[in-house]
Amino acid sequence: MTVDRRRFLTISAASLGGTLLAACDADPKSARKLLAFAERGNRRVEEGLFRHTAMNHVSPSAPVAGQSFPKYMISKTTPIWDTAARGVWRLEVSGAVRRPLSLTLDDLMKLPRITQKVDHFCVEGWNARATWSGVRVSDLARAAEATDDAQYVDFTSFDEDYHESWDMASAMHPQTLVAYGMDGYLLTPAHGAPARLHSPVKLGYKNTKYLTRVVFMPAQNGGYWSDQGYEWYGGT
Amino acid sequence: MATLVKRNHWVVRLTHWVNVLAIVIMAGSGMRIFNAHPAFARPGEHFPLNPWDGTPIPSWLTFGGWLAGARHWHFAMMWLLVANGLVYLGFLFLHGEWRDIVPRRGDARDAWEMLKFYLFVRPDHPAQAKHNALQKSAYFAMPVLGIIIVLSGLAIWKPVTLGFITKLFVNYKWARFVHFVAMALLLLLALVHVFMVFAVDPYSLRAIVTGWYDRARSPEARNARPFYHLFGPARATDAERELPPV
Repeated sequence: MTVDRRRFLTISAASLGGTLLAACDADPKSARKLLAFAERGNRRVEEGLFRHTAMNHVSPSAPVAGQSFPKYMISKTTPIWDTAARGVWRLEVSGAVRRPLSLTLDDLMKLPRITQKVDHFCVEGWNARATWSGVRVSDLARAAEATDDAQYVDFTSFDEDYHESWDMASAMHPQTLVAYGMDGYLLTPAHGAPARLHSPVKLGYKNTKYLTRVVFMPAQNGGYWSDQGYEWYGGT
Repeated sequence: MATLVKRNHWVVRLTHWVNVLAIVIMAGSGMRIFNAHPAFARPGEHFPLNPWDGTPIPSWLTFGGWLAGARHWHFAMMWLLVANGLVYLGFLFLHGEWRDIVPRRGDARDAWEMLKFYLFVRPDHPAQAKHNALQKSAYFAMPVLGIIIVLSGLAIWKPVTLGFITKLFVNYKWARFVHFVAMALLLLLALVHVFMVFAVDPYSLRAIVTGWYDRARSPEARNARPFYHLFGPARATDAERELPPV
């Protein structure tokens, strides 16, 4: 009995050690499978926990990051919409909708405006506060009459080929905005002008800046960072 | 000689070694995640509590390769850590072994006596139950830190969805700080624990692998301080001094 148990423990210890060694390997296939399995499970847990009533609260007296709010883009230079070459900037709302929209910034600003001071959670671990003004994605979905096929939403930008797709529930969260204002001013090019996606319910990389299209879709469509190995769900 | 006793139940031994694996991967990947932004200050702010704010952790201590890889490891291994912790705590509760680690009146005095013994102020090893008072407090602090780590981890994993947990730690920034400090304390305790195993009671290695422990070679029997009487001969224990059956 004791010997059996000892042998069992030796084998267990050896296999645990093997797992560790495999993990240190540069490209461990079995580890990848395990991690992909865990990511799928985690996504189910995260979607199960998600509630539209769970909101991000920032104290009204909390200072905003202001000039310190990090600026981030894929292009080497700050992307600026070139009106001369591309015409007036418009936000396209399309896909699984009955009434596709094509909105100028003025059109967008005529829609019900939400102004909220919230956290921005970066995948790197920092968070920064700003007051964002814009239109709820859920209001855009209502205006465009999104159909039952709309299970996912892809947010596309004019910053190279940057885009990230979201689950419908997170996109419909009341704090998920297509924002055109920051701290009381129109967005600057460094922060995603003319409009960007902003929500505290997803990590920063899911919040597409330099927005051009909001496409409702029956299937998920990956994303710039999620295709490179970051979690697709990226929820907070 | 009846000095050999079964000291650790197989559940304790199994959860101990699973814990080693889980904590090594969790701490390593956690420190790699930390290195993506090795500071507690928000952009544009200062964080005076950490004089090294902005200094990354040496990469040889980290695990997971890059931020996304480390996050995948962290969010996979967290389930093993939590499940393992629940099994261990459930066992302690059901088998009454929580009595071996939960503090009680007199522990502070006993810990002071142990400290005096280790510092050569007191010549003889204080009498003890399964663990000495210093061990007891360390083995109690570890699961407490584990619970703090799990709660603060949930607070920074889901600061909106589980915002009520984040609130327990004031906000995201402080939850992240608590998560880090509790991890550092747990690693410190684990290092001291490993040091003491080799410096005072190497015979306990057998007890955490097979479960068997020779009481005749316990630190109390050997009157052992760190590096003193490390391999001292087996001495008569209470078990041997017991009256023979009539």
